[in-house]
Amino acid sequence: MNEHLVNFLLRLGDDSLILGHRMSEWCGHGPILEEDIAMTNISLDLIGQATSIFQYAAKVEDKGRDEDDIAFLRFDKDYKNLLLVEQPNGDFGMTFMRQFLFDAYRKPLFELLQSSSDEQLAAIAEKSLKETKYHLKHSSEWVIRLGDGTEESHMRVQESLDALWRYTAELFYEDEVEVALKEAGILPNLDRVKAEWTATVNEVLERATLTIPANGWEQIGGRKGLHSEHLGFLLAEMQYMQRAYPGMKW
Amino acid sequence: MSKNNWPLWEVFIRSKQGLSHKHVGSLRAADAEMAVENARDVYTRRSEGISIWVIESKNVFASDPNEAESLYEPADSKVYRHPTFYDVPDGISHM
Repeated sequence: MNEHLVNFLLRLGDDSLILGHRMSEWCGHGPILEEDIAMTNISLDLIGQATSIFQYAAKVEDKGRDEDDIAFLRFDKDYKNLLLVEQPNGDFGMTFMRQFLFDAYRKPLFELLQSSSDEQLAAIAEKSLKETKYHLKHSSEWVIRLGDGTEESHMRVQESLDALWRYTAELFYEDEVEVALKEAGILPNLDRVKAEWTATVNEVLERATLTIPANGWEQIGGRKGLHSEHLGFLLAEMQYMQRAYPGMKW
Repeated sequence: MSKNNWPLWEVFIRSKQGLSHKHVGSLRAADAEMAVENARDVYTRRSEGISIWVIESKNVFASDPNEAESLYEPADSKVYRHPTFYDVPDGISHM
């Protein structure tokens, strides 16, 4: 059971870590100072979530690793994040479309995880939910502003939606990990996540005058460690310092 | 970066219940909602506040510094306007 719990925690924590890293790539490059700070705040929230999730995973697996080992010293196939969160930033609209599709999933997920029988997981969910609600508000507003903005912004953010849509089916991926944890009462029934995600996405995209792509092509694999080529480059940059100077602290 | 800047907003933060909002600085935002969000991100990152007001800077009408003499100096010679000319009765604390 512990193995399943560790796997689930890695799925949860890797989503936060990898998306947090992607968002941090904007640091110093935001369109205006205020938005640059907002994006860095989101990034720090996500990396903070990863820290507490990995601390707990390290405790459950009990193999003498700590949260930094888990974050920085694994190989790409050991990462269990969604393909969605590792996709490159693209333009500003692409970054917030990716963030929005993720936030709309994370909010109901954390709401449900608050009622987990695992107290530590429930506590992490409760704290992260507050941050996630703000992320969702911020990302929704940008999607609406850009979609319902100028001809150019509408066209570009629609292209981002078309490019990212194929990765959204994976948000609801479940396998023996989730099944075992549900049977053990650690995970509640997660069916509501998809219903709420669909409702949020439909509402926001309609206000943004954007169209959901008709093409039903779905791409999955991240939850099993099968990633797009983008993750390797991301990890190379993220892990460089710990690989070059093992154990380095600052 | 575009030279067409978004409007400037003045930001006021209330640090805790019961205190008044204080001016903390300004920022740029396309509309009022974005201004509140930006203020949250720029000015409350270290738990500085529990309430935010934003006002578009163009709506602030200020007194003219050139009129300072006629506006403020007349008050300097009127010390009797300060409530310091009576004895505080015994037994009144916190004065």
